[in-house]
Amino acid sequence: MAFKVVKPGLSTTVQDLGRPGYFHLGIPEGGAMDRFALRVANMLVGNDEGAAGLEAVFMGPELTFDADTLVAVTGAEMPIFVDGEPREGWSAFVVKAGQTLRFGFLKAGARIYIAFGGGIATPLALGSRSTYPIGALGGIDGRAIAAGDVVPVGEATTMTERSLDRGLLAPVSVPVSLRVLTGLYWHRLTPACQARFFADEWVVAPEADRMGYRFRGGAPMEFVDREQPFGAGSDPSNIVDGCYSYGSIQVPGGQEPIVLHRDAVSGGGYFTLGAVISADMDLIGQLQPNTKVRFTEVTMEEALAARAARRDRLAKLRAALA
Amino acid sequence: MTDILSPLPGTFYHKPSPDAAPFKAAGEAVAAEDTIGLIEVMKTFIEVKAEAAGTFAGYVAADATPVSAGETLAKLD
Repeated sequence: MAFKVVKPGLSTTVQDLGRPGYFHLGIPEGGAMDRFALRVANMLVGNDEGAAGLEAVFMGPELTFDADTLVAVTGAEMPIFVDGEPREGWSAFVVKAGQTLRFGFLKAGARIYIAFGGGIATPLALGSRSTYPIGALGGIDGRAIAAGDVVPVGEATTMTERSLDRGLLAPVSVPVSLRVLTGLYWHRLTPACQARFFADEWVVAPEADRMGYRFRGGAPMEFVDREQPFGAGSDPSNIVDGCYSYGSIQVPGGQEPIVLHRDAVSGGGYFTLGAVISADMDLIGQLQPNTKVRFTEVTMEEALAARAARRDRLAKLRAALA
Repeated sequence: MTDILSPLPGTFYHKPSPDAAPFKAAGEAVAAEDTIGLIEVMKTFIEVKAEAAGTFAGYVAADATPVSAGETLAKLD
């Protein structure tokens, strides 16, 4: 079984839950920007939650199928059509052999996830099918899908159409609140700047991508005076090189905060003021450019409670779709 | 009157480069495959095609401004 790419969309990539374990070698975890949405799409079509699907950002692809295939689309809100007939998001529906799946204009969110019964069956690279284009790793020849590609799909376990109770999904409020745990270099900012970082309204910059989400609109950082340590460079936003974590927030030149995401570099010479908590990272993957955002300070206890709440929500979904 | 809609969110530009003239001027003939503007997002510029033939009536979205998917960018007569 396979589907053929008629139109690829803007940057549509094969993604699963990523390849943890190589970040210390500079190879990012990768995987879906909204892992929650990919998991649910897979559940809907009867796959393992970590099966590979497509992640399409801002624009959907156009695909034709050579065999009847159970498909689910989750994540961003984007009209779905099978041979011109509308289909619902967050549901599993059959696309028959010879039919075409395509999408309308994006309505809300940023990334759709398309799961196929049986999962995309491209070769594994370091234990994952996730595409990391900068490293030419995973997916189709390490790149985004292109017109004419034939993408293999595994053996489906079910062809049952069903839909999800959307009441089980977390509501999103605007301005979006991203919860932040302050970090190792927080002390480098003046108290006034620390307060301003959380008080200011930021917007997603159009450069935001799988490596990092950049924000602008807030005041530049103000650093506590110090003599720069040997090797750190002269800019106060520089440090002697250190490790970056998934979700860490760097502010190059003190100007625009960047939250590192799935395809981010693993280390470098920028100070990181803290990290967005793991429970809110999927949400970042659904932010369009110019979306208003506020950063909200939380404690480690609150971050862990949010992670537990997210796990509970996923467990409820799993039970509902079992 | 046909609306040319933005296929995706980003920053809309009327011109191929800051010093160039806009892609289209009011009254100009437009073919379906003609580029009428650019959308910049994720460090990439995407050409916006007219997707219909007609006479260019003018830009609706201002140059170098943020637009959302499905927003009207320009009109054809």
